[in-house]
Amino acid sequence: MATARAKDVLFQPIFNNNPIALQILGICSALAITTTLQTTITMCLAVIFVLTLSNYFVSVIRTHIPSNIRIIVQMTIITSLVIVVDQFLQAYAYDISRQLSVFVGLIITNCIILGRAEAFAMNNPPMLSAVDGFGNALGYSIVLLFVGVCRELFGSGTLMGVEILRPLSEGGWYAPNGLMLLPPSAFFLIGAFIWLLRAWKAEQVEEQPFEIAPNSRTSEAF
Amino acid sequence: MFEHYLSLFIRAVFVENMALAFFLGMCTFLAISKKVETALGLGIAVVVVLTITVPVNNLILHNLLDEGSLAWTGIPALQSLDMRFLGLLCYIGVIAAIVQILEMTLDRYVPALYNALGIFLPLITVNCAILGASLFMVERHYSLGESVVFGFGAGVGWALAIVLLAAIREKLKYSDVPDGLKGLGITFVVVGLMSLGFMSFAGVQL
Repeated sequence: MATARAKDVLFQPIFNNNPIALQILGICSALAITTTLQTTITMCLAVIFVLTLSNYFVSVIRTHIPSNIRIIVQMTIITSLVIVVDQFLQAYAYDISRQLSVFVGLIITNCIILGRAEAFAMNNPPMLSAVDGFGNALGYSIVLLFVGVCRELFGSGTLMGVEILRPLSEGGWYAPNGLMLLPPSAFFLIGAFIWLLRAWKAEQVEEQPFEIAPNSRTSEAF
Repeated sequence: MFEHYLSLFIRAVFVENMALAFFLGMCTFLAISKKVETALGLGIAVVVVLTITVPVNNLILHNLLDEGSLAWTGIPALQSLDMRFLGLLCYIGVIAAIVQILEMTLDRYVPALYNALGIFLPLITVNCAILGASLFMVERHYSLGESVVFGFGAGVGWALAIVLLAAIREKLKYSDVPDGLKGLGITFVVVGLMSLGFMSFAGVQL
């Protein structure tokens, strides 16, 4: 029973209850840092690290947190973890840290993290919470990687800086799609991802607030 | 001097729009843009909070955290102390505290506005646009005056974007959208098109 539960907790958020596509959480960073695959992967790893550990630590002290200051306690835990990530990146991967600029700091206000701490870690034992954090971070990473791969591959014809589609300017055949490197493309790609996901899992389709009557045919109108 | 501030303001509102160029505050931006009225209330709250928090964080950075900024205490050990790594913790603390104070002040003195803003006020703490503006302020080395203008401009830009999106979504209810794109999917596409529109400001030289 316990193992089956842990498996559910791990895999549910990836497609069935994806934090970005279904719960509209943590979108800010998903869009801004996906122009190249390298920054995308760094961001995914950072979020996996922060989300797993913050869920674990919040869950460890959940019975000791007074409920009216719980948000501040959770924020402090999350912020401390993000500072660790930020300092680590500045020390060992300064270039990537420059590219990510403010978005490392903005992991703090990524709603997935506070949302999981509040919704799951406050009511569940530490190990299960860590698994839940990891699962949600994976769900987030899947969307990010999809967007990151599309943008770098079609925008500049490379993946991780390695040339895949040889661009016209260097004698190849591929004309890079400049739109992919611009901010709006991330919106279109996430929209497309949601469409694909909902075409596959039809139960996630949102209800219309009301039905639209079909257009009347010209022959009926007169 | 005035021209410098004006160009900073215009840039913060249009060219570097928080929501549409940097994707900040997206969660609330997409979740709370179904009606123009609520969007407007949230937009005003964001403008107020941004205009206060960015300058306050600027003061904290320059008087407490930056290298050598504790020299005014006269204690030799603090002369060259660099505590910028504590920045994130301070900024988010300041934002949470100011939102809380603002909530209590409005409740006491302007109950009408307090009721109109409702749940949005506490939610602003975790709006990335607020923390993002403070971090941009740090990264771009704004002075105190510039940070006031930048905070206000960034707030106005964000409010403008969310009101526009809400207006579009109100009309969108009557359109026939493919099943999988209904709701969130089509909203993303609309925001993408809006972002494309705002990109036309990018070439503006100020």
